[in-house]
Amino acid sequence: MIPMLSISDTHADSPAHAVVTAIVNAIPSPELGWTGWILLLPAISVVLTGLCCALRVKSKLPGWITVLALAGSFALVLKLYFLRGDAGAPVVVHLWDWMNFRWGDQNKWHALQADVSLYVDSLTLFWLLFVTGLGTLIAIYATEYMEADVGKGYARFFNGVSIFILAMCTLVMADNLILLYLGWEGVGLASYLLVGYYYKKPSAVAAGKKAFIVNRIGDLGLAVGIWLIWVNYGTIEFNTLFQVWQDMNHGVGGFDKSLIPYCLMLGAFGKSAQLPLYVWLPDAMEGPTPVSALIHAATMVTAGVYLIARTYPLFTLHPDALATVAWVGGLTALFSATIGMAQYDFKRVFAYSTISQLGYMFMGLGVGTTFGAAYHTLTHAFFKALLFLTAGAIMHGFAGQLDLRKLSGLRKVPGFKIVSWTMLIGCLWLSAFPYSAGMLSKDVILVQALGGKDHGFVWLGWIGLITAAMTAYYAFRVWFRVCAGPVFYIPGEETHDDHDAHHDDHGAHATAPTSTTSHEFHPHAPRWAMNGVLIVIMLGAFATGIPGYMELRGESNWAQVMMAHSSAFAGSVQAHVTDAVNFGMNPHQLVELFGTIASLGGIAIAMYFHLLQRKSADKLRAWLLAHNSIRWIPVAMENKWYVDEFYHACIRGPAWIAGQILHFTDKHVVDGLMVNGIGRIPAALGRLFQPLYNGVLQGYATTMAGGAALVVAWVVYRWLTSGVAA
Amino acid sequence: MTHLLAASQFGASHAVTITLAMSALLFTIGLVGFLVRRNMILMFLCTEIMFQAAALAFIAFGRMRMDTGGQIFVIFILTIAAAEAALALGLVILLFRRKETLSSEAWSELHE
Repeated sequence: MIPMLSISDTHADSPAHAVVTAIVNAIPSPELGWTGWILLLPAISVVLTGLCCALRVKSKLPGWITVLALAGSFALVLKLYFLRGDAGAPVVVHLWDWMNFRWGDQNKWHALQADVSLYVDSLTLFWLLFVTGLGTLIAIYATEYMEADVGKGYARFFNGVSIFILAMCTLVMADNLILLYLGWEGVGLASYLLVGYYYKKPSAVAAGKKAFIVNRIGDLGLAVGIWLIWVNYGTIEFNTLFQVWQDMNHGVGGFDKSLIPYCLMLGAFGKSAQLPLYVWLPDAMEGPTPVSALIHAATMVTAGVYLIARTYPLFTLHPDALATVAWVGGLTALFSATIGMAQYDFKRVFAYSTISQLGYMFMGLGVGTTFGAAYHTLTHAFFKALLFLTAGAIMHGFAGQLDLRKLSGLRKVPGFKIVSWTMLIGCLWLSAFPYSAGMLSKDVILVQALGGKDHGFVWLGWIGLITAAMTAYYAFRVWFRVCAGPVFYIPGEETHDDHDAHHDDHGAHATAPTSTTSHEFHPHAPRWAMNGVLIVIMLGAFATGIPGYMELRGESNWAQVMMAHSSAFAGSVQAHVTDAVNFGMNPHQLVELFGTIASLGGIAIAMYFHLLQRKSADKLRAWLLAHNSIRWIPVAMENKWYVDEFYHACIRGPAWIAGQILHFTDKHVVDGLMVNGIGRIPAALGRLFQPLYNGVLQGYATTMAGGAALVVAWVVYRWLTSGVAA
Repeated sequence: MTHLLAASQFGASHAVTITLAMSALLFTIGLVGFLVRRNMILMFLCTEIMFQAAALAFIAFGRMRMDTGGQIFVIFILTIAAAEAALALGLVILLFRRKETLSSEAWSELHE
């Protein structure tokens, strides 16, 4: 199955696990120069949509420019995929020179080389396929979703989307860490611009800043990690780095080397919203919903998973590095699931579920199944994009209403059938319904965790199963509340400039062009672009199950083969775990049984509380709140465990105080005492002599006469005394 | 004192001393007048008095040196003084037209 990789089991820390040691040297492939167009098409779109901004284009032109550019990129990605297949060796495509410094003497050259080159292996392609594919679909969806802003922010929105796809493609195709860092910051910029898209809304601006600043902390880790890699290996180009890593016997040893994986994982935790840096992601839901779907659920947040998968060999540099990743992921999954269970804003529920699912991916990376992590990234990208887009369609139709207590029975509301049923598929996939793609990918991770022998990975597996039950509960809490039950809805408050234009634009759907504040509110059903995209993504979500079925039947599948032929494979624990036994079952049987129980149990509980006996949910909550000893549980969960408040007190507070002290010092010591103080000296001197210049002519004359008299007196005195001396 | 007496060795008479003293007196009168008056015409006249004191001193020193240089200078001084007086009075008239007063205190903007 993997002919070109040699497998040995010499890894010192886990002797039972086979570790792949060889990464194939990349082939320079100038004939693949056309792959540069995967980056250039979004770049052209950035320029053109920017022009549309400047020229204040009042049509949907910028949207279709972006869709065309992204579709072009996707087509090129497909061409590349079919050209090289699942198991093609990595290639390096040199586009143009960027930086190449050499210094030092002949004995020891220092070099820093980073060109704009593309490193394309199966891992890159895997990411490119869903980044450009979903990007195109979500851009089509957004052409309709954002239509209220045509002529206002429409071009700006698509400019941001184009910047995002350009940066994301740069990130995954970069052949060196500096270019990767450029893409990494680029996606952060795009995220900031799009979260703060409604820049007149203070909460959106604050959320944009929060996302950017929290990411800075992670980015610092990544920057330090890149520096340490360069210091230790003398290169930041992936291909050379992997070869040097192999030549140096995996380079284990030394404090600064063992620091490398921790620095890199800090960057990944920031971008992928893991503990303790996850706080920005729920707030990022302030952005337009297609942005939440594309950037904050399906693609950008998986950049952290990509980074760890790409630099996976370096995570062997410290024996506990991968275990740290696994435990952070597992705890994040559990923690954010508890918050997700208690939120009433369903877009926020999906945001916490994203954090939770990303936690699973990190758990997969940590326990050693990069295939599981990457495969879960793929299935998650589809079902989570689907969930967010349906949430967006509901928000679009009900004037921004996001409270799941204020919407009910939407599947019976005309025009919302497709939305409701595609949302059901998304929820089933999210809750790992037996034999759905979500279950298949999650199980790969859980099986690996339950079969783990050290670092307490077995416990992580159980945490994952408990989280799966919670996930099923909150996913169906949303669906049963919003889409099932009796028809009932209260529209949101977005009646002002942002959304009221809908009803004038196409009154066909709104039977009466009334203001949404009136009692004659009519839901605004999605049209072909949104419905069509929902159906295509739903089909995609079904299709992502295929590798999982093949894996289940023990067959080789393309997702597995792609991971096996990338750097993500080297160093990963590949032994199929079947020997660990809990309750007389091997991990596969365990996950199959308990995963099914968790999923169906969660759905059943949600069904009881949120469909059949909705009043009992309120009763349960009232009962919990009535007892002082357990009162804190629902209160803390609804308030997100007060993590934001904790950060506010422990980090923002001291930083604010330090800022005030520095501001005071700057204003009164630096400016007041030093700069202005020195400036005041000439003025003070002038003021000393100012009384002489009193504006009275006689005063000046007196001064002059007195001066002259003094001179005369002095001359006379000299004359008299020198005469005596002579 | 010996120096002052020694001045007489140039053959200057007692009259030189008296003339110089007269010149000093005139200068002092002009200076005091200039300092105490506020009327610009009077102040101008006081400067003229100081001018004439200087001219008188030229006469005295010319007498002391027994040549005509001092007197020639005085002729020049009178000529220039005439021209200057015309100019200065014109200026005074202009200043008066601006402020409708002859007081020098009206002109102290630069102070503020």
